[in-house]
Amino acid sequence: MQWADEGVVLSVRPHGETGAVAEVFTRAHGRYLGLVHGGRGRTKRPILQPGNHVTAEWRARISEQLGVLTLELKHPFAAELLDRRLGLAGLECLTTLARLLPERDPHANLFEVTLFVLGFLGDDEIWPALYARWELALLQELGFGLDLSACAVTGANDYLAYVSPRTGRAVSAAAAEPYKDRLLPLPGLLIGGGAQGARPADIEAALRLTGHFLERDVLMPRGLKMPDARRRLLAGSCWGS
Amino acid sequence: MSRKLAGSEIERLIHLLARLPGLGPRSARKAALALIKKREELLLPLAAAMGEAAARITVCPECGNVDTQSPCTLCRDDRRDPSLIVVVEEVGDLWALERANAVNGRYHVLGGRLSPLDGVGPEDLGIDRLVERSKAEGVKEVLLALNATVEGQSTAHYLMDVLARPGLTVSRIAHGVPVGGELDYLDDGTLAAAIRSRRPV
Repeated sequence: MQWADEGVVLSVRPHGETGAVAEVFTRAHGRYLGLVHGGRGRTKRPILQPGNHVTAEWRARISEQLGVLTLELKHPFAAELLDRRLGLAGLECLTTLARLLPERDPHANLFEVTLFVLGFLGDDEIWPALYARWELALLQELGFGLDLSACAVTGANDYLAYVSPRTGRAVSAAAAEPYKDRLLPLPGLLIGGGAQGARPADIEAALRLTGHFLERDVLMPRGLKMPDARRRLLAGSCWGS
Repeated sequence: MSRKLAGSEIERLIHLLARLPGLGPRSARKAALALIKKREELLLPLAAAMGEAAARITVCPECGNVDTQSPCTLCRDDRRDPSLIVVVEEVGDLWALERANAVNGRYHVLGGRLSPLDGVGPEDLGIDRLVERSKAEGVKEVLLALNATVEGQSTAHYLMDVLARPGLTVSRIAHGVPVGGELDYLDDGTLAAAIRSRRPV
């Protein structure tokens, strides 16, 4: 068994004295784990940082085995973001939440989006909105996608302004008026609005929206909690502007 | 089942030695043999030293360093600059800085880094103790000497946020070209970091 692909490093755990078990999110093979020989050595450590874009080669005698991963660096996203407070927090959220994907199940679309968001993490003006959309895509891939195409009450598809926290379906501003305090606000950036220049309040609303469904549908049933980095993103006075 | 090599005391010694970093079962056997051969010069003094160490080593309540006295030797040394606190992840990092004789401040050992993977949060690292120390009179600078890894640096950013107060400088060590490092052989990430943290001369 053997394949070669490109991927993003999600996590690295020490294994034995010199090795490491790395987890990579690859384009055509999904989330894969593998042993990296010498993964804690001087030359491999810079490559094995979460968020790095790598080429991966996986080998094993039979597919049930853990297998051996050989990684080569394509782009050092982690190193670029080390001194950026927000970008690094975004990187942590991205790599931690991508670990929720089922193992060895390809999610090529989400992989493309992930790479795209990683490319913008250095720009605090743009990435938070892209990241919120990434979480929306993650929900979709995990099978808990929100239905933001039309109003659940009237069927119209303009002026969608809220989402029902129970069903995950959009509601238009007019239909939502009587019970809007029980609904989650739906900012325009999640339904095709521009990512650039999104207001901090909108980003916060977007993250609260995706966070609600991630917690309820994905994290809680597995007994997990939101990563600290994401909670800090929401708690702190965010986005610089 | 493999046949026994020696009596249970020796087997136990080998077994325990094999759990040390850098030693496997084979090298543990070698080490055990060397110890037994040099019973007077090696085995007995080592046993005594280990017994003493086990009985007396404590974690310094002030800085988190390990020592046989409390507070530790470094915290007692009044020639050290009390206005500078150097924050490190592990005791090993503190030893590395001391070996290099690089800094003459007080230390603070976190005992780890924030890690979502291992479920290590701010409360596990005793960060409130560090914040408390940084507020003490005369503390002017906190230097974050944390590893240049994603986890190390997110810990650093978190600490920058919680430590921030007027009159306190929070700094971090530089990332870049090591001494004796040739650009040609550096990895891309280090090069990028070195370029980004360039400074006028």
